[in-house]
Amino acid sequence: MNTSLHIKGGRIIDPANGIDRVGDLFVRDGIIVDSLPKNEKGERGSEVIDATGKVVSPGLIDIHVHFREPGQSHKETIATGARCAAAGGFTTVVCMPNTSPVADSPATIAWIQERAASTACVNVFCTGAITKGLAGEEMAPIGALAAAGVVALTDDGRCVQNHGVMRRAVEYARHYGLPVMDHCQETTLSADGVMNEGEWSTRLGLPGWPALAEDLIVARNILLAEETGHPIHCQHISSARSVRLLREARHRGVPITAEACPHHIALTDGELKNFDTNFKMNPPLRTQADIDEIIAGISDGTITILASDHAPHATYEKEVEFDRAPFGILGLETELALFLEILLHQREALSLSQILGMLTVNPAKFLRIDRGTLSTGAPADITILDPDHAWTVDKNESASLSRNTPFHGHSLRGRALTTIVGGKIVWDLESGFRS
Amino acid sequence: MTTHQWQHKDLCALADHTPDELITILDTAEAFKGVGERNLKKVPALRGKTLVNFFIEPSTRTRISFELAALRLSADVINISASASSLEKGETLLDTARNLEALRADLIVIRHQSAGSARFLADRLNASVINAGDGAHEHPTQGLLDAFTIREKLGCIKGVRVAIVGDILFSRVARSNIQLLTKLGAEVTLVGPSTLVPATFASLGVKLAHSIDEVLEEVDVINLLRIQHERQRKEYFPGLGEYTARFGLTKRRADKIKPECLIMHPGPMNRGVEIDSDVADGRGSVVLDQVTNGLAVRMAVLYLCSGGTPFAPVIPVAADSLS
Repeated sequence: MNTSLHIKGGRIIDPANGIDRVGDLFVRDGIIVDSLPKNEKGERGSEVIDATGKVVSPGLIDIHVHFREPGQSHKETIATGARCAAAGGFTTVVCMPNTSPVADSPATIAWIQERAASTACVNVFCTGAITKGLAGEEMAPIGALAAAGVVALTDDGRCVQNHGVMRRAVEYARHYGLPVMDHCQETTLSADGVMNEGEWSTRLGLPGWPALAEDLIVARNILLAEETGHPIHCQHISSARSVRLLREARHRGVPITAEACPHHIALTDGELKNFDTNFKMNPPLRTQADIDEIIAGISDGTITILASDHAPHATYEKEVEFDRAPFGILGLETELALFLEILLHQREALSLSQILGMLTVNPAKFLRIDRGTLSTGAPADITILDPDHAWTVDKNESASLSRNTPFHGHSLRGRALTTIVGGKIVWDLESGFRS
Repeated sequence: MTTHQWQHKDLCALADHTPDELITILDTAEAFKGVGERNLKKVPALRGKTLVNFFIEPSTRTRISFELAALRLSADVINISASASSLEKGETLLDTARNLEALRADLIVIRHQSAGSARFLADRLNASVINAGDGAHEHPTQGLLDAFTIREKLGCIKGVRVAIVGDILFSRVARSNIQLLTKLGAEVTLVGPSTLVPATFASLGVKLAHSIDEVLEEVDVINLLRIQHERQRKEYFPGLGEYTARFGLTKRRADKIKPECLIMHPGPMNRGVEIDSDVADGRGSVVLDQVTNGLAVRMAVLYLCSGGTPFAPVIPVAADSLS
């Protein structure tokens, strides 16, 4: 059994500590240490990884995934979702509460934690629901959820429409120090919309889900964060105007944050021209102007966290009429590559260190978890990656139980090579999963 | 000059096709129109083929038109409605359609509430799939029969000024008309309340107007769509009275249109709402010609999608354009 690791000669990028240098990294008993003694073979560590020419990053964190357990294990399980994470370079994920039953009680949280501890190869944190059953009406037992160890609250998949309920929930959550995350969608405006309202919904005759429906809730959340002084995080921002609202609010010091997903900067609503349900997600793909503003927001610090919204659905569920298909696509295995391809290679919008910061230290700080850094004494969650590694996405190689990706066949640059969780190698590109 | 060819097994959307392909359908329909005028109204073109009218959303006139078109081509026809299919038992659309294909249906004519459903089946079946209306997306044979009627009555489509009036946002008839007419060079103006004719339509190469009086005197064709005020529309406009006042083709308005202007309606009409009753029966109304032409157009579509050879235009081509 490995108790120590010596990662040799890599470019160590640790945004939490402002480090970007070539050197060695040492791990003992699942913790990052300053050095290791030489053994009888003259090596430091019982396993040596040559990272020459590679990047050594804190293990990546994705604060927005749907692992479908309990209740929909035909789409994904915590075990298979965790394998997707590992294969994508992610060592920590945060699960959304829209399971069946909904994660709105300590019992369900305990079940998920137990399942994760016994089956998941990465760290799995839970969110709890804001309202009972995600119904938007009665407050979930927030204090008990906090005691059970949830890292944030959200009704993701749904959005609390009642502003009074949302206000009280944010005020209540403040007492427990739990950040509130929100899927921003005003449902009288989005109504039965299944794609962005615009030229393409006009052409295709599909009901539109206007950006306005997101903007209105982002504005609501800005006001509530300002009023309560408690952080609210806007999930998967898709609209240019939402970015501008957030930018203005953050300039004023309002405790509001936001995340962006790869598909919202990679694809536009024109992709729906053939009614392919693998391009259907919520919020929907929008326009080039939205993409440009989201990227500008990522570049200027308006959006500080990158996430996937990994949302598996079985093929037979997606293989139906467009308006009847469920929202959501796979994300974890293509996330890093898409962000690097677009933000680093194509747009040159950010440095590699900045991008990794939005996948490590920023989400860790937001959730107040002791991850996302290579500091001495930190848990040894490490991702070794090659930002230039060229590869082609093949959905049939996915570790997921589902196949719903719109990126099948896309050629991308950037990939995780080795994923280390708690000092143990759980996956590497050459030999696959270690268990 | 038009190259007459058609190499598609399906007709899902007019947006998918070139001007030449669309003219090929219209020319072939012209040849088939003669069949309907004969005493013996049947040709053996699709003898031995099986057509399934797969109507998930209820319809009478379109279904009957397709059925009659198929019968005149000597195909065997069966009709399936949503209540008679296994969809109500929870079977997926794809499974139901695959069952029809396993029964060796050659042509599936589908009407469905969901935009894209015809394309969805066409991409997955070997049978020909003909869209008879998919949600608010397209109704290709309606667009074709409207264009056929315009060409028949006015002699051409290029340069013709067409107003389409009514509930454009939710109209598949409007979308098919827009696609076909703009591809063939007509000038299209969409007319209706700003909520039902949103600005996004301007990206489709058409003009927008929010009062029928703006366009009344200059257009060559007025195509009036059925307007309803059921639950879903109540947040889009206040009521039929206000609609008729601003957009209805009343007698007073009909007096202002050009003498040769065609008045069209895909049916079923609401007399006294979008169209005055006397105007519907009066000079310029080609509503029943549309129905007759619909049969010819559907015969042409079924024939071409089954691999039939397109017919050359009936009108002789001038010698100097043959070089």
